[in-house]
Amino acid sequence: MPAKRIASRLTYNEHTYLSLTISKIMAETHINGNSISSLKIPKIKFTKLFINGEFVDSVSGRTFETIDPRTEEKIADIAEGDGVDVDLAVKAARVAFDHGPWPRMSGSERGRIMMKFVDLVEENLEEIAALDAIDVGKVLSQGKTREVPFGISVLRYYAGAADKIHGKTLKLSSQLQGYTLYEPIGVVGHIIPWNFPVGMFFFKTGPALAAGCTMVVKPAEQSPLSALYCAHLAKLAGVPDGVINVITGYGPTAGAAISSHMDIDCVSFTGSTEVGRLIMQAAATSNLKSVSLELGGKSPLIIFDDVDVDSAVNLALMGGFANKGEYCVCSSRIFVQEGIYDEFVTKIARNSKGITVGDPFEPSTIQGPQADKAQYEKVLSYIEHGKRQGATLLSGGKPCGEKGYYIEPTIFTNVKDDMLIATDEIFGPVICVIKFKTIEEAIARANSSTYGLAAGIATKDLNIANIVSRSIRAGIVWINCYLAFDADAPYGGYKMSGFGREFGMDALYKYLQVKSVVTPIHNSPWL
Amino acid sequence: MAARRLSGVISRSLSLRPLSSSSIVSRGNRTKLGSEVQRFSTSAALEEPIIPSVRISETQLLINGKFVDSASGKTFPALDPRTGEVIANVAEGDAEDINRAVSAARKAFDEGPWPRMTAYERSRILLRFADLVDKHNDDLAALETWDNGKPYEQSAETEVPMFARLFRYYAGWADKIHGLTVPADGPYHVQTLHEPIGVVGQIIPWNFPLLMFAWKVGPALATGNTIVLKSAEQTPLTALYAAKLLHEAGLPPGVLNVVSGYGPTAGAALASHMDVDKVAFTGSTDTGKIVQELAAKSNLKPVTLELGGKSPFIVCEDADVDKAVELAHFALFFNQGQCCCAGSRTFVHERVYDEFLEKAKARAQKRTVGDPFQKGIEQGPQIDSEQYEKILRYIKSGVESEATLECGGDKVGSKGYYIQPTVFSNVKDDMLIAQEEIFGPVQTILKFNEVSDVIKRANATRYGLAAGVFTQNIDTANTLTRALRAGTIWVNCFDVFDAAIPFGGYKMSGIGREKGVYSLSNYLQVKAVVTALKNPAWL
Repeated sequence: MPAKRIASRLTYNEHTYLSLTISKIMAETHINGNSISSLKIPKIKFTKLFINGEFVDSVSGRTFETIDPRTEEKIADIAEGDGVDVDLAVKAARVAFDHGPWPRMSGSERGRIMMKFVDLVEENLEEIAALDAIDVGKVLSQGKTREVPFGISVLRYYAGAADKIHGKTLKLSSQLQGYTLYEPIGVVGHIIPWNFPVGMFFFKTGPALAAGCTMVVKPAEQSPLSALYCAHLAKLAGVPDGVINVITGYGPTAGAAISSHMDIDCVSFTGSTEVGRLIMQAAATSNLKSVSLELGGKSPLIIFDDVDVDSAVNLALMGGFANKGEYCVCSSRIFVQEGIYDEFVTKIARNSKGITVGDPFEPSTIQGPQADKAQYEKVLSYIEHGKRQGATLLSGGKPCGEKGYYIEPTIFTNVKDDMLIATDEIFGPVICVIKFKTIEEAIARANSSTYGLAAGIATKDLNIANIVSRSIRAGIVWINCYLAFDADAPYGGYKMSGFGREFGMDALYKYLQVKSVVTPIHNSPWL
Repeated sequence: MAARRLSGVISRSLSLRPLSSSSIVSRGNRTKLGSEVQRFSTSAALEEPIIPSVRISETQLLINGKFVDSASGKTFPALDPRTGEVIANVAEGDAEDINRAVSAARKAFDEGPWPRMTAYERSRILLRFADLVDKHNDDLAALETWDNGKPYEQSAETEVPMFARLFRYYAGWADKIHGLTVPADGPYHVQTLHEPIGVVGQIIPWNFPLLMFAWKVGPALATGNTIVLKSAEQTPLTALYAAKLLHEAGLPPGVLNVVSGYGPTAGAALASHMDVDKVAFTGSTDTGKIVQELAAKSNLKPVTLELGGKSPFIVCEDADVDKAVELAHFALFFNQGQCCCAGSRTFVHERVYDEFLEKAKARAQKRTVGDPFQKGIEQGPQIDSEQYEKILRYIKSGVESEATLECGGDKVGSKGYYIQPTVFSNVKDDMLIAQEEIFGPVQTILKFNEVSDVIKRANATRYGLAAGVFTQNIDTANTLTRALRAGTIWVNCFDVFDAAIPFGGYKMSGIGREKGVYSLSNYLQVKAVVTALKNPAWL
């Protein structure tokens, strides 16, 4: 049966998170945005700032509401940290770094504590996934089977890396010997987004913990719950006080205080390109802290004539609509070669209707609501732009349900490269299907973007795969797969998609200083 | 018959040899001197051996995930070195059992899940195993001490935890085995794949049965290989126990097979097997030569050898003498002197020689010898009668060659293989005790006056395993470090072993490195994949 064949081809990796299962895509259209699940909603245990191992109110005493995007109702009041609270957190992190045990224990000991941390995360996997589902509308079953397990594998990866940070001994050109020491960079600020709250928490804290740094984490104001919960687990696992501090709050206050802080040594940000610029400016005008940015994208998926069209359609649906399109590597530009274009368009229009939009707690749901009202409205306004600028709306294009931030999976054809929907990151379930003729044309058009985060290539031709993968200016290229993330595969941006890499040993080096130590030697029998 | 003679050599040398390790111990407080403890001059405590609480459950061969009798049905006794009495009768594997184990390993490699599962899944199994080792720490330690005679506190507090640490370390490598993408001079895309080498044969010694198991099995499993392990006939018990726990942790059948038995039969069969892709051996230099020869004569399997040593321990004039005395004592006497990297030539600068000698002698006289299960005991019995007799012969040779016997020199008690901590001074470079590996509690102290001179003397050996350097001077430290021809140099420390630190020999101390990232390459094939590029965007 062809469907079965396609399914097995697309299930590449158990730890690839968020790939839509093909059987679900094949399922009947089913929009159930109205029905709010009666499934168990976790009790919210942690709502305060986490500073120096304690949950505390913000100095101002202020709180903000975190909203359930299914119902637009309040989940909890969360302590609102600002500059003063960031100061306290940095002080705690500084003391923990300068005098505490964390950077002074061996990498092996840090790794053991991190392993214990991972085990606790695994024990509480369900609750953590539920927190993100309720907070930003993530599909619970995907959180449980994909995102949280992937976060766990990343954290284990870095636990195993903590005792494998090697410097080099050097080959110097005179009577000298030298070596490099890779030292923890110090106090790190992490500013993380709301699209993968718990995943990002581990992607950022994992390598920084392994390196021996201490840190202040600011989760997005849309998704504060899982970060606070995980900080609590870290403490239970034995991560010393002050090593991980969590300040919940807003970007212009807490986030800005982190990026401009004179006593933070490094800031790592994931979010929009606009905010990335602000972070870098703040770093430049304060203490020149090192910066790594993982920003937006407008990633191309380039599909050549020689592929099996059904599997290419499914790849495009997964790349474009996973996590409701709230994904920096979202394949929002689908370039399709002219020979299969018509067939592709027919099939993707049909198959996109199989994506069930609904309550993320409902097991049959593939796509939940957008994270908040602002995103929801932004996505709808892009859809309007697309229509107004003359693109053809192939499917979707409307909100669904009476309550909550649900939007239909939306596909445009006849898109010109300079239309807003083809240049801007929409960050929602909206993709553009674009026709092309030659490899050279596809490469040129794919690269004509201010972004350079990811790209996909679908082809059976070895030469096409090699030519295109070397030619695309992006930090990760998936050939005949998409979203194939792995703890060992570094990923990050070219151009205005940022700099620095997440994952792999490369991510560790963001949190390390390199020190060369050189000393004269005498009478060495070799040089 | 030639074959017979060859096996005779293997047998003798396998039993004569061994290997090293442990750390932490080197950092200081290992010398808990309980007042109730017997000094070596008395032997009363040796008469009534303490009965360990551990039950011996596994004595058969482990082949394809099952404990089975040997094909011949034969067994051999595992002996208690405290008494020479039988602890258990263990299945005696020979060539036929090696064949069975190799075909199980081959099938597990060619068709089984182990090399095919993700590295992350492999690492999870190794991590679960390490957790099980923690849980069974005391049983493993008791078994190790019973079989080997090393102090129980050393087994329980240092070696078994280190064993778990090694497996956690290798678990962390499993998903970080990186090949390279390579820039070629032309339009080619080049990448190297690091593939598991296949079926690995591993032959381990009796001096650190568990740690040697970890040094060998850890990297081979992390890299996705399957294994036939031959433990030493003196110490078969803990390998079987550990292998059982590995299966409990989820290791698929056939991935690790354990064959207990003798060198000339089982060991030789493994080294010469046509279907074993790699052999790693730790033991004597003489046996190492045979292993390499068998590999050459059979299928040219690559060989890793970790062999003997006569490692210098150099105390310079500016050294902290008290610390140097303590560490020199530890460097030699640790593990009953049964370490391949033992600091068995103690070179002391003439300006501090007298003070050093007096203190070294006093320290040796204080060393507590007795039942290794007794608390506070520093030194248990030697492994077996053969080693015991050999060491006593070397002591006799030292006396006859007119080195000064400062203390010790005799056996302790009437039962078991206990020997007094022995110190020789006025040792000359050409004496037998300064040239050959004694593998027992015999410290030989030599005098030197120039750094340049001690470099020559320290290097004048066929061995090159390790060296200790004691000095406060950065230039002296650097000069000695670079000039000594040895695989490990310890500066102001000794016997610091960690999973991450590579270990191995120069010269006739061996080939290859174990532990650390270096150990992985012993168990990997490198495959270069070269693809022609059409119109590459860059080169």
